[in-house]
Amino acid sequence: MIRLEKLNKSYPMADAPVHVLRDLDLFVAEGEYAAIMGSSGSGKSTLLNVLGLLDRYDSGSYTLGDTLIRDVSEREAARLRNQYIGFVFQSFHLLPFKTATENVALPLYYAGVPRRRRNELALQMLERVGLRERADHLPNQLSGGQKQRVAIARALVTKPRLVLADEPTGALDSQTSNDIMDLLASVNADGMTVLVVTHEHDVAAKMRRVIHLVDGRIASDRIQVPS
Amino acid sequence: MFDLDRWTELADGLRTNPVRTLLTALGVFWGMFMLVVMLGFGDGLERGATRSMAGYATNAVYLWGGRTTLPWGGLAPGRYVGFDNSDTEALRQLPGVEHVAPRNQLGGWREGNNVVRGAKTGNYTVMGDVAELAHILAPIVVRGRFLDPLDVAERRKVAVLGDQVVQELFPYGEDPIGQHVAIRGIQFKVVGWIRSHANDDRSDRDNATIHLPFTTFQRTFGFGDRVGWFALTGAKDVPGSELEASVRRELGGRHQVNPEDNNAIGAFNAEKEFAKITALFTGIRFFVWFVGVMTLAAGVVGVSNILLIVVRERTKEFGLRRALGATPTDVVGMVVQEAIVLTAVAGYAGLVAGVVVLEIAARLIGTDHATMGTPTVDLGAALGAGLVLLIGGALAGVIPARHAAAIQPVVALHAE
Ligand SMILES: Nc1ncnc2c1ncn2[C@@H]1O[C@H](COP(=O)(O)OP(=O)(O)OP(=O)(O)O)[C@@H](O)[C@H]1O
Ligand SMILES: [Mg+2]
Repeated sequence: MIRLEKLNKSYPMADAPVHVLRDLDLFVAEGEYAAIMGSSGSGKSTLLNVLGLLDRYDSGSYTLGDTLIRDVSEREAARLRNQYIGFVFQSFHLLPFKTATENVALPLYYAGVPRRRRNELALQMLERVGLRERADHLPNQLSGGQKQRVAIARALVTKPRLVLADEPTGALDSQTSNDIMDLLASVNADGMTVLVVTHEHDVAAKMRRVIHLVDGRIASDRIQVPS
Repeated sequence: MFDLDRWTELADGLRTNPVRTLLTALGVFWGMFMLVVMLGFGDGLERGATRSMAGYATNAVYLWGGRTTLPWGGLAPGRYVGFDNSDTEALRQLPGVEHVAPRNQLGGWREGNNVVRGAKTGNYTVMGDVAELAHILAPIVVRGRFLDPLDVAERRKVAVLGDQVVQELFPYGEDPIGQHVAIRGIQFKVVGWIRSHANDDRSDRDNATIHLPFTTFQRTFGFGDRVGWFALTGAKDVPGSELEASVRRELGGRHQVNPEDNNAIGAFNAEKEFAKITALFTGIRFFVWFVGVMTLAAGVVGVSNILLIVVRERTKEFGLRRALGATPTDVVGMVVQEAIVLTAVAGYAGLVAGVVVLEIAARLIGTDHATMGTPTVDLGAALGAGLVLLIGGALAGVIPARHAAAIQPVVALHAE
């Protein structure tokens, strides 16, 4: 699914560039369920953004599925994001003036799906995350956990093969976090590859693989039995 | 463009900040409104001026005899130059001349009341005229007709009355056609009632005039074959000044006038007056477009600036859309479409408001105002303004859209 070889990424800064990802080698197979951990500033989000084609890398190589991601055009990147990848963010990033259904349907709009079909699929997804009855609510009428579930529904609606979540439970209490992680586990059980950046050990404990980043390098990468 | 979804996305953008949307639209609205109103009033002014000049054929020339001031061919200066019917014939043969109207006049104000009808009398200008004068005077025929060639050929005892003559000599509601009036004691049958097109003191004079067939006039009032003065027009492409010169040369030659002598034959042509007025209105028109387009441009720049702010505020949204699969082109499209719709809707509203104001003004001013004609805006100008608006709208969108498209999804998602 994902293959990184000697991947480097740095941000140009005024005095000296900040070298964020250093010679990263990583392989993630189809259907994996992995946590990415590490202290603040270790490069977790940067890695996830590169994996999600939201950001570019400097050297090395990144292969997503069969596609070598290097010098892809903006248009092609947009298509890949739309069809292959679902994003879940810590701060949800729902559009405030759109209802839950409309938010969920948005990726389908860019996929060129007709309106009626979009709404059907969006409602199905809301059903799946248990928010069918909130379909017409605006984001500010939803709790944090509900918002994150809408965001997950949005990430899943195009049936992507890869779901990338950057601290999806960072803004939620522990009970709600558990619900969200159960949801992501079931998504993974359906066969999607799921990568979750997290600080929380109880979150990581539920996953089958934990990758530790320290200063942009993989410090440890182990397989575990989920608790 | 006509995809319903794009419109929904657009509406979302606009309703996020309705007040700002409104303020932005106001700039364009105002620009369009100003342009339309100014064009309308400029047009009205021009119409008024043109109307007050109606009746002056644009290349009409008037010539009258004067006194020689230079000797010529053995003749001493101080001689009076007088025209007669043979001059009329000669001028009719002259190339470049279209209509020749010889004219004679009875004293008017000098002689006291000269016209009688029943118990009423009045003092009017009495002219001997030919049918061709209609091309130069261009009167409105209220009833009946103007003089025709047969009236002149047969020396008929008929008269065409100006509006004021009819008003004063005939009771309100009575049809003067077929009635008789006595001019210096001689009976003439009324065949026409005319009114001047124009709107100035000249029109008052025209309306207080009685026109008799030229031949009848000469015979009846003892003018012999004398002609008082000539009014004539040139063929379409002959400028008034050229026409004046050639007619002057012809008459000068026929009356042994020194070619250098400018006082022997008096002349006037309206060309210079027309040129002045035409230039004035070309100037006004240019000014109106200039100011209007500048105001519009200011409105468009306003839209552009506001959209730049909007784009900055929506950075996160655009970033998110990019993450969900929007291409830079999608984002550019959103912004440009928003700009076009904003300008188009606001501009159209301004156009409508301007036209409404012009309509109201037209009602208030009415149709008879002296210097101000009915203000209107012609379709061409409105369409032109509309086109300017659409292009302006698209331009207004370009810079903000480039900013929006340049946003990298990561950076955008970080923005707070
Ligand atoms: N746009 C940027 N420009 C410059 N430096 C950046 C930028 N984004 C991140 N960095 C730097 O890159 C390093 C890694 O950042 P990153 O966001 O990947 O860390 P993280 O592991 O996600 O941390 P956290 O747990 O706090 O989210 C940090 O030192 C950060 O300052
Ligand atoms: Mg982070």
